[in-house]
Amino acid sequence: MAVTTTKQSIPGAHNITRAVLDNGIVVLVYENHAAQSVVMSASVRAGGQFEPPEKNGLASLTANALLRGTARYDFDTINEMLESSGADLDIGGAVHRVNINGKALAEDLPLLLDLMADSMRQPTFPEDHIERLRGELITGLHFQMQNTRYRASRAFRERLFPADHPYHYSTSGTLDTVPNISIDDMRAFHARHYGPAGMVIVIVGAVNTDQAVQTVRERFADWYTPDQPELPSIPTVTLPTTTQRAFVGLAGKTQSDIIMGTLGPSRFAEDYLAALLANSVLGQFGMMGRIGASVREKSGLAYYASSQLDASFAPSPWLVSAGVNPKNVELTVEKIIEQLERLIDEPVSEQDLAQNQSYYTGRLPLQLESNEGLVGSIINMEIYALGLDHLVNYHDKIYALTRDDLHAAARRYLKPDQLVIAVSGPADTPANGG
Amino acid sequence: MSNVTRHILDNGMTVLLKEVHNAPVISWWVLYKVGSRNEHTGITGISHWVEHMMFKGTPKYGAGVLDKMVDSIGGSWNAQTSMDYTAYYETLPAEHIGLALAAEADRMVNAMFDMEEVESERTVIISERQGSENSPFFWLGEEVQAASFRVHGYHHEVIGDMTDLHTMTRDDLFGHYKRHYAPNNAIAVAVGAFDSAEMLAQINAIYGAIPAGEPVKLFSRPEPQQQGQRTVTVERPSGSSVIQVAYHSPAATHPDYFALQLVNSVLCGAEMMGGGLENKTSRLYKALVMTELTASVDGSLYPTIDPFMYAISMVLLPDGDADAAITALDSEIDRMRAGEITEAELARARKQARALFAYTTERVTTQAFYLAFSESMGGFEWFENYLDQLNAVTLEQVKTAAATYLRPQNRTVGILIPTNGDGNDLNDAYDDEEGDD
Repeated sequence: MAVTTTKQSIPGAHNITRAVLDNGIVVLVYENHAAQSVVMSASVRAGGQFEPPEKNGLASLTANALLRGTARYDFDTINEMLESSGADLDIGGAVHRVNINGKALAEDLPLLLDLMADSMRQPTFPEDHIERLRGELITGLHFQMQNTRYRASRAFRERLFPADHPYHYSTSGTLDTVPNISIDDMRAFHARHYGPAGMVIVIVGAVNTDQAVQTVRERFADWYTPDQPELPSIPTVTLPTTTQRAFVGLAGKTQSDIIMGTLGPSRFAEDYLAALLANSVLGQFGMMGRIGASVREKSGLAYYASSQLDASFAPSPWLVSAGVNPKNVELTVEKIIEQLERLIDEPVSEQDLAQNQSYYTGRLPLQLESNEGLVGSIINMEIYALGLDHLVNYHDKIYALTRDDLHAAARRYLKPDQLVIAVSGPADTPANGG
Repeated sequence: MSNVTRHILDNGMTVLLKEVHNAPVISWWVLYKVGSRNEHTGITGISHWVEHMMFKGTPKYGAGVLDKMVDSIGGSWNAQTSMDYTAYYETLPAEHIGLALAAEADRMVNAMFDMEEVESERTVIISERQGSENSPFFWLGEEVQAASFRVHGYHHEVIGDMTDLHTMTRDDLFGHYKRHYAPNNAIAVAVGAFDSAEMLAQINAIYGAIPAGEPVKLFSRPEPQQQGQRTVTVERPSGSSVIQVAYHSPAATHPDYFALQLVNSVLCGAEMMGGGLENKTSRLYKALVMTELTASVDGSLYPTIDPFMYAISMVLLPDGDADAAITALDSEIDRMRAGEITEAELARARKQARALFAYTTERVTTQAFYLAFSESMGGFEWFENYLDQLNAVTLEQVKTAAATYLRPQNRTVGILIPTNGDGNDLNDAYDDEEGDD
């Protein structure tokens, strides 16, 4: 067939440059001269996990505020620099970390690093800009409160995770907490948690590696933050003894969103890859796996119905989501539980295993085609300590998995009698509470 | 500069090929020149529903079989229905591209439209529309479009009107398929790691044998010129008020299109087919967001076959004043109409476009899409020369376009008024109904 050789090779220890600065910052560079752009992704240890519940949203608001003004550049200058170059730089807070994502034409990498360094190291939190930002975030929260998928997701997480667990909370905070976060809170949070310990910077694109590392060094090598805290330990979660249900009714809705599931593995769990493939059989492979086949293809109940494994630093949700007509909520829930039970009752077939192994290994070329795909893969290798040859060895790891491994992972995590089932939909439909 | 080649098979199918040897992948698109603009009342949404049925099986590949085959080789496939076209694609590891060629040729002629599958998909599509209806933005967008287009098929949403989704029949769907799915109404594009001569031979071997269909007659009615500003309001539960101001705009192939694209870039920030860059230095961000009249502002000038609309959307703060926001918008629009725009602003808009274009075209999948889409509007050169066309626009042309299109008589103003709870108190509506059971 009409196939020719290409320039792509799998990123690994042989072609990723990894440099560690004296202050602990890890810099990873992968040259890709196929496109004219450069993509940068960085991560610092300053996520929502460090904020008190009454200040929920503090980490996220602080992250969003960094590009509103710095010691060297005011708001207008920052945006003039970025937008006149067609560059993009975004800083956002997640549960564990703050993520910085930038892209530019390759010639503008120094500009991205310059702005990132200044915003990380000397933000000024100008009051007028912070209040405007707060107003925008509160507007967004008002829309979220009207969003059935968001409300179901919040109800699911609030019931699966106890109030002392970081996954109980939304990183964007709530309408009660965001108005109460002061600029002093943000300054203090920044001073304590932003620093080089645990920071990772990944650069991929049409750049010269040595120059890229040197540019990072010039802007970050002299950065020290005394007493920067380690990640706190995360409480263990006890599953409910029986299935718990929650319903959030909203006016004027025509569809109900269902989020249901349980606690899955962390990204560090030994059986993570086994659970990942079991999840693929359940609700990903083909048209949304067995759940898609049952709920959408055979029954026509939903436009979407699929499962996902969110594995992060701590054991994370393994959940199924579906959007259905309100009168079909109960039938859909039943069909989803049937598929969970099936995965526990019988090992997947040889064919299921082989197809899903092929799926996970075969899609690497597509994942690694763009700078953004490459950056995402490389930063995960570093943050989750997978080793730089994780992708090089990926094929062997996936093909080492057996039907029993997948079965054991399903049995270990999926507990159909101890689920959390959250539904949000029209307030006035009799069937929607279940 | 371009290394795209165009070939017309004997049965009329247009084939575009572009070799890209950066990664061992190939994207294969087949686009049919029919979309929701060609639907009359009674069958609105039919193009989209037919697209769904194309995944429900042929005698050779039963329903769901290809989903598994494509995933098994690590590929991705999907389809999209727009106002102007219906398109299908597979992006696969290069050595497996034969599967994509075979699958699309097969469903060009052999899709079954099984009665049970049609009925099952009816509820899936109704559910898709209900999911959209959960968002207040959908309701506003639908009303603004309907008010802007009284005659033309852009009047209705791609998903279709709910009443038609309930009443369309299997025969309607199958008839639409048979009329529009034929090589002479198709544009096929391959971008990726292949040798063009070998690829063309392979395509000819598979598609060359499919007979041409009857010449396709597309339903299309031109929109008469608007005779004055139109206003629509939508009252729905919503986080805050939303305003959409939509001006009739030129078709993508009209000389004014690129001039108006630059106007949008200066007003609202760089945008290309719904994707955009940050816009904090744009005029409307400064006039609306920096003054805390709105929480955001965005502009959209989607390229279309027929004249569509240039839409500016503003999300108000929860206690925002819609009249004040519109007044501030109008003052900026008036400046633009009066010709207040500089060469420096255009130069910046052009650099932004160059960056956006570079990001957008990194993947073979998006490159192939744009080539197919552009060819359906009259020629792939529209896309290949996208930046050149922007660069060729003069300051005078930009001023003329602003004066021509941004007249109030040429626009529809849509306002979403939030109705939350009985007392219009947002917080009441959020928490009253929550509970465990």
